[in-house]
Amino acid sequence: MLEVAGIAKRFGGLAALADASLTARAGAITALIGPNGAGKSTLFAIIAGFIAPDRGSIRFAGREILGLPAHALARLGVVRTFQTAQPFAGLTVRENIAIGCQLRARSRAEALREAAGIARQVGMAALLDQQAGALTIAARKRLELARALATGPRLLLLDEVMAGLNPAETAELIAVIRAIRDGGVTLLLTEHVMQAVTGLAEQIYVLNGGRIIAAGAPAAVLADAGVIEAYLGHGAAARLSGRETHA
Amino acid sequence: MALPLLALAALAALPLLLRSDFWLHFAIMTLYVALLGQSWNLLGGYGGQRSFGHAAFFGTGAYAAAVLQLDLGVNPWACLALAGLAGAAAGALVGALSFRYGLRGSYFALVTLAFAEVFRILADSVPFTGAGVGLQIPLRQSAANFQFPDKAGFYAVILALTALATALAWWVEHSRFGAALVALRENEEAARALGIDVNRTKLRAIALSGGLAGLAGSFYVQYYLYIDPRLAYGVEVSVAALLVPLIGGAGTVFGPLVGALVLRALNEASSRLTGDAPGLNLVLYGALLIAILAFLPDGLVSLGARLRQALRRRAPGHA
Repeated sequence: MLEVAGIAKRFGGLAALADASLTARAGAITALIGPNGAGKSTLFAIIAGFIAPDRGSIRFAGREILGLPAHALARLGVVRTFQTAQPFAGLTVRENIAIGCQLRARSRAEALREAAGIARQVGMAALLDQQAGALTIAARKRLELARALATGPRLLLLDEVMAGLNPAETAELIAVIRAIRDGGVTLLLTEHVMQAVTGLAEQIYVLNGGRIIAAGAPAAVLADAGVIEAYLGHGAAARLSGRETHA
Repeated sequence: MALPLLALAALAALPLLLRSDFWLHFAIMTLYVALLGQSWNLLGGYGGQRSFGHAAFFGTGAYAAAVLQLDLGVNPWACLALAGLAGAAAGALVGALSFRYGLRGSYFALVTLAFAEVFRILADSVPFTGAGVGLQIPLRQSAANFQFPDKAGFYAVILALTALATALAWWVEHSRFGAALVALRENEEAARALGIDVNRTKLRAIALSGGLAGLAGSFYVQYYLYIDPRLAYGVEVSVAALLVPLIGGAGTVFGPLVGALVLRALNEASSRLTGDAPGLNLVLYGALLIAILAFLPDGLVSLGARLRQALRRRAPGHA
């Protein structure tokens, strides 16, 4: 569905991405993890058309999409959410979601009607007439998801939708995301919350220092020595395995 | 739908009641300022792109109407339509240049102000605008010539134009285009992520806004039969265009109408009280604007909702 190959991006002297490649299989959930500053959000912004990379290629459904602006990608079905929720603060939840619906709906009235259904899907039906600016962090995260879902995406890019949620809220949202996948949407997500990653993803990519350092099924990737070192520091893998043999 | 039509019918009958030219002139100027304010409102109120140079579009419409009838003998009614197009073209030009380079907020305001000033200087220098002397439309009173012998005719025209602008604002509030415009006002990045072509939406809004300002410019020329660079592109026009919706309520259908009525009333009152001390009306405008921004940031149209809220809080049993 999505094939990202050899993406590089420098911001001034800082190489945010050196050579990032990944593939998201159609109808599956793929996760992109990595320590802070690894370049996850940059890669997401590049895939969604918000930042132009220095080189590389991005193919979606067999077609090169690099260079298309964000709104054109959204029309093709590639839709992102933002790590820091970006609500239309002065509008109600219903109006927020309706902006997403508008991409496919024939009229404004139809978009507003459909918004209610989307809100139910993500568990926001009770908040439909609230001002988006007055929502809690958890509700704003849901609204991000709802709006993106409302566009009728084929590939949904979720940038840390779980961050800042308590475990109960996380569990609820995991169920919501599974249901979206079961509806036929391909998902690529970045996440810090490991509960979410291991519970959701079929395939994990680990980004560190602008490069993919490991890829595979969740259990295998999380046991990978290079991945442990990336998260816990140099020598951590050896210390951890040493402790295991002593025990 | 019935209520606005009734209100329009009542307004159309107003000249029968107002037998004095003074009050008819007041009504005409109120509607004319409301048209200018509604023009600003479409772009600045709904789209959040706050122009400080709406005179650029108004003046282009005014000069288009004057030059076309003086130099090419175009019928003044046709000039009205062409002035609308000229205003829209000026809007599209300013929009294409400033939106492509991502100018927002105060940068956009400054660029529009600069455009209005450049246009004023150009109109002051080139020969076909009559330069500093201005253009005088010869008096040939007849309805076919868009020069009415009495004010009631002008009143009917400006009422129709302002009603059209208000209907456009209503349409913006209920259309996909308007929803996209409001979305990009609230958050441009999020709007892009949801498939809204931000630049194209802004460009349409500024062309629409410029078109309405151009119509206002053409009306002004026919009403006063004179235009010069200061009247066309002066900062007074730009200030009136933005004060009206800000005071009445930006991003609302009826805010500009309320704002226009208040501003014109204030203008009349100040000139009565003080004679014609120059600039005093601007001092009053400023004071009013500060008071509105401090106490009613959503404009006078939000007063009703505010009062209801306050009453509900006071009412026993609704603690």
